Order: sequence, then C-alpha cells, then structure tokens
Amino acid sequence: MSTKKILSTSNLSIGYKTKSLKNTIAENLNLDLKEGKLTALIGANGIGKSTLLRTITGIQKPLSGNVFLNENDVHKIDSLTLAQNLSVVLTEKLPPSNLTVWELIALGRQPYTNWVGKLSEDDFAKINNAMEITQISHLASKKHYEISDGQLQIVLIARALAQDTPLIILDEPTTHLDLLHKVSVFKLLKKLTEETQKCILFSTHDIDMAIQISDEIIIMTPENIVQDQPCNLILKGSFNTLFKDEHINFDAEKGKFVIS
Amino acid sequence: MLSLINISLGSISIPIKDVFNCLTGGHSSKETWEYIIINYRLPKAITALLVGIGLSISGLLMQTLFRNPLAGPYVLGLSSGASLGVALVILGAAILPPFLSTFLLSSYGIVIASSFGSFIVLLAILAISQRLRDTMTILIVGLMFGSLTSAIVGTLTYFSTAEQLQKFTFWSLGNLGNLSWSSIGILSFCVVIGLLLSLLSIKPLNALLLGENYARSLGMNYKKTRLIIIFATSILAGSITAYAGPIAFIGLAVPHIAKLTFQTSNHYILFWSTLLYGAIIMLVCDSISQVPGSDITLPINAVTSVFGAPIVIWLLIRKRKMIA
Repeated sequence: MSTKKILSTSNLSIGYKTKSLKNTIAENLNLDLKEGKLTALIGANGIGKSTLLRTITGIQKPLSGNVFLNENDVHKIDSLTLAQNLSVVLTEKLPPSNLTVWELIALGRQPYTNWVGKLSEDDFAKINNAMEITQISHLASKKHYEISDGQLQIVLIARALAQDTPLIILDEPTTHLDLLHKVSVFKLLKKLTEETQKCILFSTHDIDMAIQISDEIIIMTPENIVQDQPCNLILKGSFNTLFKDEHINFDAEKGKFVIS
Repeated sequence: MLSLINISLGSISIPIKDVFNCLTGGHSSKETWEYIIINYRLPKAITALLVGIGLSISGLLMQTLFRNPLAGPYVLGLSSGASLGVALVILGAAILPPFLSTFLLSSYGIVIASSFGSFIVLLAILAISQRLRDTMTILIVGLMFGSLTSAIVGTLTYFSTAEQLQKFTFWSLGNLGNLSWSSIGILSFCVVIGLLLSLLSIKPLNALLLGENYARSLGMNYKKTRLIIIFATSILAGSITAYAGPIAFIGLAVPHIAKLTFQTSNHYILFWSTLLYGAIIMLVCDSISQVPGSDITLPINAVTSVFGAPIVIWLLIRKRKMIA
C-alpha cells in the first residue's frame, strides 16, 4: 500500500552559515513524511533536532537541497500558503494575555480569515470540531493560564488542528508532563493520524513511548540520520548508536534502554 | 456630554446651556463667552480627545508588540526621545543657519523633530528587546533613555537664551491649550493616520498574543507588521508629544483599564474600548486640571501622573498574573 507523501526532503543539508564559517549539522537528508503516519524524531540533546525542525518548517534556510511540502518548496512559497499547509506546536511559553481557550484555538483560523480576522460559519465549525476531537470543549471559556500544563498542551494541539493543515509538527510536546499526560498526548497524536489522516512529526526524548506508538522514527546521531519503522530500527540495532555511553544500552527484547 | 462639561470649566465658568447653544450654532448670553469657547475651550477639548485617544492606542500597540504589560510611550522613553528632538530644535536652533532654524521652529519642524526622536528611541528599545525579553530590563533601559535625554537637554539649556529656555520648559510641562485650529488640523491628520495603521494591525496583533514564532506560523509577515506598529506608535506619540508636550501615564494606564473591564485580549474589542476610555479619561483629567470652582490651572501632567502612577505600582504588585 503506498501512502501519499506530504513532506519530503531531497539532498537536504542543514546547519548554520556565517560569512567565514560553515557549520554543517547533517548532510544529504532524504526524509519522507506520509499521510496518516505518526513520525517521531529522536536524538541526544544538542544533536540538531531543532535545526532540522526549523529548516523543514521554513524558518531557517537549508545549506543546500530542498524541502517539499505537497510539491511546493517550503522556502519559496508565500507565508500564507505555508500556514495553510503546516501548523506547529512549539515549546516556548505563551506571553501573558487574557486569551481564553476558545480564542486561542480560534487564532488557528487566521490564515483563512479577512483583514480584521472575522470568523465565518466554516471557521466556527472547524474550531468546535478541533475541540471535540481533542475532548476539551468543557475548557472553552477558561483563560489559558487557568488550566494545567497538560491541558494547555492539548489546547495547543487543538489550535494546530483548527489551522486545518495536512502536516502538523510538534517540538517536544511531552516535556514537563507527567506520565499520565505524556500518554494522553501521545494517544491523541496517534488518534489524529488514524482518524483525520494527518501527517504528524514530533520530536521527543521519551524514546520508549515513541517506539510503542509511532509508525516511523527518525534517529539523529552525529554520523547519520536514519528513518524507518520502529521494529526495523530495533533489528538493525540503530538505537544503540543514539547515546555514546557504555552505561546505556538498548535492550532489543524489552524495547527500551537499560542502565548497566 | 463630558466635552460640554469640559468646555464649560475654566478660569471663567460658562454655563453648560450656553456652551451647548454656542456649539449648535446658536448664541450664548455673552459675546466674550462665545469667543472663549470657539478660540480656546473647543480647541482644547478637541486636543484632549486626540491626545487621549492617540496615546492610549499607542500604549496598547506597544504592550502587545513588546509582550510587556508595562510598555507605554512615556515609560519606555518614547516621550523622552520626542523631548530630545524638540530640545535639539528649540534650544539648538541658534547654531544652525537662519533659514533652517526658521523652518525647524515652525510647528511642522517641531512635529518632525519630535516624531523622529520618538522613532529613534522606539527602534533602539526594539533592538534591545530582541535580545532581552525581561520586562524589568527593558523598563530600566527606558528610564536610562530618560536620564540620557535630560542630561543632553541640561547641557543644551546651559548654552541657550532665557527665551528659548522658557519656550522649552513650557512645552515640557504638557499643555493641551494654545493650539491654533491649523495645528489641530495637523494633529488630527497624524492621529487619524496612526489610528488607520493600528486598525490594519488588529489581526496580526491578535496573532502576536501567541508570541512571535506562532504568529509567523499563522502566515503573518512579522517584519512588516512590526514596522507598521512602530510607525503607527511613533507618529501617534511623536505628533502628540510635539503639540501637547510629554503627557505621562495615559498610554500605559488606559489600555489596562480596557483590558480589566472587558476581561479580554481580543484587539478588536480592545481597540475600540481603549479609544473610548482614552478620550473619556483625558477629558476628565483635563477638567480636573482646571480645578472646577477656582481660577487655578494645574499642569496636565500632574493630574495624569496622580492617576497613572498608582496603576503602575498596582500592576507591579500583582505581576504574577500580569495581563498583557
């Protein structure tokens, strides 16, 4: 069964370039994100996960190569078209404001509204639909600073859903959450890929859970970047390349890291 | 209604009925009253409206742009920048060749100098706020601009004549009166331009409530939006400061009153409520400064500071639940 590619990179090199210096983080990346698939991005701290996410979301220019989102080059299309095809959930804290949960989610409709941001009936339907799928309708009139971190994360995912894009990219959506809320975020992401055929990419440090829930995993190490299904990666022993430390080993049978 | 009361107050009290008659094209009981109303009271009331609206809206724009509830044209040193521009023009005009100084001392010259001064300060604050996200630091930088300005102004006064000095001091106390109808024309033009630009920014301002990066991901052109907002605030604060002097706290306090009463961050509501509150509060402050029942007139800055400073202190105290 072949699924539609939403995002693909061709010979992508990422990194930073100043006048005198070129710092390449990774070269010749050929990654594919497919419709209805949940993909995890894992790697040690400082390996360049954020740089990769910044490059494929069009914030940062690649050193060479291209990123294609539904056949459009991410770095060439206008920002409005990009906003209608790609939504994000970021790690940064929201600035202080009086926004209610409903208003926050409604902001996701901005790429579709007129110059004053007037919401149409279709917009209202999309907003309410996003809240129903994520089961947060009861929070609608709460201020965004009144709800818990776990609930806020779900609200931010609902906002991305309201933006109605084929691709959603999340940067470490489960950091700072307890086990219960980590699981509920992961379950929600899985449900979204299955029920709405969204293509979802998220970066995470919760590797055990990512292995259990993801359709595909991208592993970033200093040497290379591999993308495959979790079980294939386990068979290949790819997880042992993740951390260069003799005390951390990946137990292929249990499917998790053990301390030796 | 408030305008009517405002016009009726002053060193000579004019009954509201007469004010109403005069403004609706009729005649008041005394001809001198008519003269006072048309040439002094009415321009002052209109100026108060323009100043209140303009400063409040520029405060609203800056609070969202800087993600900082304490931002405002006065606190951030924008008025200081405008003062510096005006000081350089009024006090430094003697050094320049005559044809230039005549142009600069005209009301256009002062408006341009003042707007330019506030524009420069706003750009500097913005450059700094890119690096420092911390509320306090940006405020301290604003304060530093204030001291820097007063140092330069102090140096300039040392070399200027008594006449120039008087002109500048009078300007710096803040004054809503003494505006000719033609000056009001220019001021209204600047305020209307500023308000139109602000209206254009309502949608991007709402996106900015999520922070710069989310706003970009929603398809907003951040650089363009920022430029429009900076331009709008400097034309509003700059032109108002040029004509009415540096008016304290209105720009900071009024948007908060709007946010508190309407309990919202939606800029579509905030724009109109801030505009309305700004107009009302400025008229009230001006009416108070006339000290009803006496012939004393207080400097307008004294009244706005008494009203605004407690609001800033209160905001700092409840900083944990700051409303941007």
